Amino acid sequence: MEAINIIEGPISFLDRSDVDTDQIIPKQFLKRVERTGFGEFLFYDWIRDGEIELAPHPVLVSGANFGSGSSREHAVWALQQFGFKAVIAPSYSDIFYSNCTKNGFLPVELPQEACQAIAASGAVRIDLENQTVSWDGGDARFEIDGEIKRRLLGGLDDIALTLADEHLVEAFEAGPGGSYGPDTTTLP
Amino acid sequence: MPKTMFEKIWEAHEVREELIYIDLHLVHEVTSPQAFEGLRMAGRKLRRPDKTVATADHNVPTDGTPTANLIKDQLSRKQVETLEKNAADFGVPVYSLGSDTQGIVHVIGPELGLTQPGMTIVCGDSHTSTHGAFGALAFGIGTSEVEHVMATQTLVQRRPKTMRINYTGTLSEGVTSKDLILATIGQLGTGGMTGYVVEYAGEAIRNLTMEQRLTVCNMTIEGGGKAGMIAPDEVTYEYMRGKAAVPEDFDAAVERWKQLPTDEGATFDHEITIDATQISPMVTWGTTPGMVIQVTDKVPNPADMATAGERESAERALQYMGLEAGTPMEEIKPERVFIGSCTNSRISDLREAAGAIKGRKVADTIRAMVVPGSALVKAQAEEEGLDRIFEEAGFEWRGAGCSMCLGMNPDTLFEGERCASTSNRNFEGRQGKGGRTHLVSPTMATAAAIEGHFVDIRNWS
Repeated sequence: MEAINIIEGPISFLDRSDVDTDQIIPKQFLKRVERTGFGEFLFYDWIRDGEIELAPHPVLVSGANFGSGSSREHAVWALQQFGFKAVIAPSYSDIFYSNCTKNGFLPVELPQEACQAIAASGAVRIDLENQTVSWDGGDARFEIDGEIKRRLLGGLDDIALTLADEHLVEAFEAGPGGSYGPDTTTLP
Repeated sequence: MPKTMFEKIWEAHEVREELIYIDLHLVHEVTSPQAFEGLRMAGRKLRRPDKTVATADHNVPTDGTPTANLIKDQLSRKQVETLEKNAADFGVPVYSLGSDTQGIVHVIGPELGLTQPGMTIVCGDSHTSTHGAFGALAFGIGTSEVEHVMATQTLVQRRPKTMRINYTGTLSEGVTSKDLILATIGQLGTGGMTGYVVEYAGEAIRNLTMEQRLTVCNMTIEGGGKAGMIAPDEVTYEYMRGKAAVPEDFDAAVERWKQLPTDEGATFDHEITIDATQISPMVTWGTTPGMVIQVTDKVPNPADMATAGERESAERALQYMGLEAGTPMEEIKPERVFIGSCTNSRISDLREAAGAIKGRKVADTIRAMVVPGSALVKAQAEEEGLDRIFEEAGFEWRGAGCSMCLGMNPDTLFEGERCASTSNRNFEGRQGKGGRTHLVSPTMATAAAIEGHFVDIRNWS
């Protein structure tokens, strides 16, 4: 995962709430077995039907409950491969938020009014280290979990970090917790 | 100190702070190929194949195609064949197309007895919340997390907040658990449960059968919830007894599971009460599951909405759905009916739907299909003669899979088609580009199929 800190530049504004991952990347593009090649299909139906226009700026600004619905990480890959590096919205679905942070794609949570002000200003500077967002005429602080921030700033690989603690997993498995639940290999 | 069921399960699975152990990892063909590839690239093993199981469900045709290599759509075929190869390479048991136990991942977990109280269960699928109906902690994850679980059998997780919804009283005749959860999402909104693990409790929940409980937990994600849970009880244990993967000493396991329910006096971060007696049969009118009203209501008027944002969303939804504000829901005429999906495709759903037919025929304006959730559900239904009841009434009887819930396979709506669907999402284009989805219970879908329009099931004999 690539390390991130400062993300700045013009924004694209998608003035809708409840933007679900079925819209971000429609199902017919989920049949790929690779992690690449999704950018050109971002918001496929909405863009193709002329409902919205989006420029591949560094930051996307949108409405509440962004990324709801399906867990498809392809939605994050599509946003990233289209050209976005961060998204700013009043709220996110849990799975989408988590998927963003696993890919070095920054989800910034700011109140509706701040999102509207950023949309009006047209450009933004996000500083992850200091947890601030500034734009022409305003600035705001955003909250992010300390551990998630550390991993994003360092571009750290979750799996490598956990495997560094593999002895703890082994110890857990040696205890009563290790044998909880069925053995899937014994089924007919 | 008294604890919630969530707290008991969470604490029993903490490897260290914010790292939890996963007891069961369910895998399907759409969200796993990049994760398997990630393992390969890094030269990593899949740590616990014995806690992993795979099935093909999203892509599979439901027309009786017997094996993956015969799937006509080239990309779907490749994805299912890739799953088979990955499972073989990494030693994971797989129930692919043609297997006696293939089916929707959230249907086969419970029916094989893999889903058990007290477990942590994850899957690269948002409807993993379904399994919480057994008193498990179950939630959907993305592909990066799928790879993390494959490599480490653990997941990095911030501890979620807890919510309890207490349903007082009992559901009225004709009102189902589908209506209960749709009404709840309508009340709380599509983001109303975001950040929370939700425990459903109260008399109305205790009175539900196991499969009705699965429907409730399944749709937790449509309210934004991390996971849905229901305390295990005798209903749970009776449903599980005799299933393939349950513990050998079942009675001893039941004694352990009895320790799981939330203790008296335990506190939740948020608690609400809903009067179950006031819940009616529900139908969605818009393009999120929160846009839902009673079947006896009229299509809402955007002008009556509280905020400008809601007005705009409602206007756009009505335009997409081709509906006029003020139209009685009972006058709306679908052209398609879909009975299936991880929400409502289990044997009891099919029994209820078949039982409502009573010798009548599907209206000639409607194409209706029934898609059992798994090969085992299909076999059971055929043994009971449900397939003949459906077919004689004019329903298509199909093979197991996700089918028209998400249209990643040949089962889709055509542009502009209106569908009464027992699935879980009415998003734009979900069932096919331009398709218009109305979410309902299986009996409401059956009644709509026969009458050619939505009806209040309570006044329909």
